Amino acid sequence: MSAAREVPALSARGLSIGYANEIVVEGIDFELPPGNTLALVGSNGSGKTTLLKTAASLLSPLSGEISVLGSRPGAFPARVAYLGQFQPSGFTLPLRAIDVVRMARFASLGLTRRAKPEDERIVREAMETMGVLDLADLSLRTLSGGQRQRIFIAQAMARGADLILLDEPASNLDSSSRETYRGVLREACASGRSAVIATHDVEEAAGCDYTMLLARKVVAFGRSEAVLTAATLLSTFGVVARPERGGILVLEHEHGHDCLDPEHEGP
Amino acid sequence: MIDVFVAPFSSNAFMGNALLAGLLVSLACGIVGSFVVLRGLAFIGDALAHGVLPGVAVAVLLGLPGMLGAAAGSLAMIAGISLVTKKSTLSSDTAIGLLFVGMLALGVAIVSRSRAFSGDLVRILFGEILGISGAEILIQAGATVAIAATAFLCYRPFLLLCFNPEQADVSGFPSRLYHAIMLALIALTVVVSFRTVGTLLVFGMLLAPAATAALFARKISVMIALSSLVGAASVYLGLLASYHFDLAAGASVTLVATIVFFAALAASRLSPLSGGAR
Repeated sequence: MSAAREVPALSARGLSIGYANEIVVEGIDFELPPGNTLALVGSNGSGKTTLLKTAASLLSPLSGEISVLGSRPGAFPARVAYLGQFQPSGFTLPLRAIDVVRMARFASLGLTRRAKPEDERIVREAMETMGVLDLADLSLRTLSGGQRQRIFIAQAMARGADLILLDEPASNLDSSSRETYRGVLREACASGRSAVIATHDVEEAAGCDYTMLLARKVVAFGRSEAVLTAATLLSTFGVVARPERGGILVLEHEHGHDCLDPEHEGP
Repeated sequence: MIDVFVAPFSSNAFMGNALLAGLLVSLACGIVGSFVVLRGLAFIGDALAHGVLPGVAVAVLLGLPGMLGAAAGSLAMIAGISLVTKKSTLSSDTAIGLLFVGMLALGVAIVSRSRAFSGDLVRILFGEILGISGAEILIQAGATVAIAATAFLCYRPFLLLCFNPEQADVSGFPSRLYHAIMLALIALTVVVSFRTVGTLLVFGMLLAPAATAALFARKISVMIALSSLVGAASVYLGLLASYHFDLAAGASVTLVATIVFFAALAASRLSPLSGGAR
């Protein structure tokens, strides 16, 4: 962990990301100091998942540089955890919940090394903190979507990684589970780990140390309290709104003028 | 009474060899078939099982071992599927389907050009479990050991691949590499099993026991063991039925495996253990 403190958890310079025939976001420059959380905020297709996948080495950068814990993406599988937005077929497999979380240890165990009691302790601790230890012996396919999501988050935590990459991890969670997950994340970062979370939720971003607003370009990057303003959110989403008497009051949108003092309408 | 169950194998060398070869097939198919079922690779398994036909046909024409032709046919299938999926935006299903019908048609075309295939074609498609030689059993035993050792060594990446290929990649196990290894294991199983149960029926042995095991297993290691056991029981019961009722041996084995699946499916709907065996 001490080595991780000396270099940024994640950084990019002149980075372009996307797929073979399509640039999604270009000109990305940022640095996330270790022990911090970064929220990637934007609407669908804004580039959040593409950036996370590039950091997780699932996509190659199109140009520029990206550095994960001081090295190229994929250099340290055991030090990076990734939870994607979709688990394609995992829930149909004959697996118990604890078997899913145990998979987190494969990156450090490799092909043949036997799991030690320490591995099992980490697995059970991750399940306990996510409140799913009582589900350990149950078949994954019998669990609800929210229970599965908590198990997947426990899996990401059980990696013991220095950098945790999470793609909309709270989308399937009820408010109580959401609080549990946020507490787990805060605790992880307090112990020196870093996390990058893709989210639509501005409130979740406000709880992170840093925020990057994406709209197929970097709209803003910096400390969350500085970045999350009505003006930047307007540029990101094309709309700024707040809850009002059980509904949503649109304060401003790109083509209208029904604005209620956007300077004071941060999250 | 016990003679009904034991004598066919103890008093008849052909049946003894058939049982041994069949048990080896059930072990190989139990391991590989579990991953075929878990990863939804049934279509490519079917395509590989049928796609070896032109390879075997050419080998027979040239007087080469059929297994060599089957191996060449499998390689051609896998290379063709990879080429189509890489060079186009078509899904792998489409690529598999194209290669599947293309190779099958080529096999039938080759066979139709020669009268020499009248007996061989039946053996290629349905196997000749009662005509298995000691040397062929040895080859099959070697291949089964190689399949079991590879599956044991690659168990973690295979598990991740079944769960989510992205998790395999981020855990340091390249999903493309381990997918290719998995395909190679399917091909090897088809190639070494086709003499025993034939190219058509090997697919049944890949799928039916593993599908039966999937109904009850809650752990993949248990599923593999259960699948091999179901396969072994199907081989024994199939050969026994074939001996006593004068049925085609390879077809009897696969038929029993399929009947066992449907019986297990019915039982799993009634049993509280459904999806629960550890």
